Amino acid sequence: MKRLAVLSLPLLLAVTAPALGADDSLYQDLGGQPGIDKIADASVDNYLADPRIKDIFSESNIDRIRAELKDQFCMIAGGPCRYTGHSMEAAHKGLHLTNANFNALVEDLQAAMETCCNIPFATQNRFLARLAPMQHQVVTR
Amino acid sequence: MRLLTRALALSIGLAALTRSPAFADALFDGGKLLATGGVSQVEGAGGGGLTSWAMITGYGTRDGIGANAHYTAVALPDYNLHTAGVAVGLFDRLELSYAWQGFDTQDVGGTLGLGRGFVFHQNIFGAKLKLVGDAVYDQDSWLPQIAAGVQHKENDRPAIIAAVGGKGSVGTDFYLAASKLFLAQSLLVDATLRETKANQFGILGFGGDKHDDYSTQFEGSAAYLFSRQFAAGVELRTKPSNLSIAHEGAAWDLFAAYFLNKNLSLTVAYADLGNIVIKNDQHGAYLSLQAGL
Repeated sequence: MKRLAVLSLPLLLAVTAPALGADDSLYQDLGGQPGIDKIADASVDNYLADPRIKDIFSESNIDRIRAELKDQFCMIAGGPCRYTGHSMEAAHKGLHLTNANFNALVEDLQAAMETCCNIPFATQNRFLARLAPMQHQVVTR
Repeated sequence: MRLLTRALALSIGLAALTRSPAFADALFDGGKLLATGGVSQVEGAGGGGLTSWAMITGYGTRDGIGANAHYTAVALPDYNLHTAGVAVGLFDRLELSYAWQGFDTQDVGGTLGLGRGFVFHQNIFGAKLKLVGDAVYDQDSWLPQIAAGVQHKENDRPAIIAAVGGKGSVGTDFYLAASKLFLAQSLLVDATLRETKANQFGILGFGGDKHDDYSTQFEGSAAYLFSRQFAAGVELRTKPSNLSIAHEGAAWDLFAAYFLNKNLSLTVAYADLGNIVIKNDQHGAYLSLQAGL
């Protein structure tokens, strides 16, 4: 019986899901489109200066990455944009990114949100929570 | 002091090992996000202060290795508890740990006829295997990260343990931990079930005259992330009451952990361990330092 109790543990953690509503409050809290544009630009600046990951971008069209990131961030934050770029799988295929690479991208984004726009930590985390599952598509090694 | 010396020697050894740059870069990738390896719990596993978490200790990702050394001191009104240990996380899958624990009875040792400053020691060998889920990335799923762990404990005072009614000086705990980062809420939650016979974490041995079977105990913790470097929260851990000489209750704490960087963290807590043998209200300051990568 004890073993049964142990096995039912995951059920204990089935906490009620918060509504991932269709509202644009996160988009607004990130500063709307001007704020998101600044965050995306600052992130790309950080990526290109980060010795851990800058080589990933050596063959990339940086202007296009900036534009696509702005669209994507806007859409993910619940803003009125449509991301029309490649899927996450297609965009990162062949790059052989590791978890350490992915986390470096996260750290650079966190730094960008702080330095460019003073986004409060709790707001940063609301945004990161929507980006985190992309690890499954982005990390292929 | 002996413990502190050991902890320092282990830290220096670890630092020397990782000085070789090629070796360090390839294997010690330090790729996890800050704080996501947790700190070192009182028995040496990756976790909070009292509770074992499902996270694998250290900052190695699934492509690397993380390792750390820690020293923890708990100053209680009538006792002191010290732990020093080392742990390694292999490929974010398997954690191996060793901790050396000393429990100083101070004046109580004299009262009980053991001698003032009588110390119980424990060697604790731990292993933890991550089974499923990822506490950080799986934000689109309610599945927590789940790990199964074992802690084998060897106490060096079998005669005293027998005298207080304990049935053994060696014991093994088994636990199943579920941890989840609710990132949108900046909240980390853990729930752990432990199968144990330990009296006061094993300091007073295993099993007792009142109860000598394994029982299922609960560990839970919740931490709010205030920044990338600072988290604070609460922990609760229930314990069996196997000995008839004194009732043993649950332990809890309020903690704050500061992560200077991926190499150094400091945890301070107010810990309440309840009644320990002839002394009630054993609550006090908990301090833990972890160094690693």
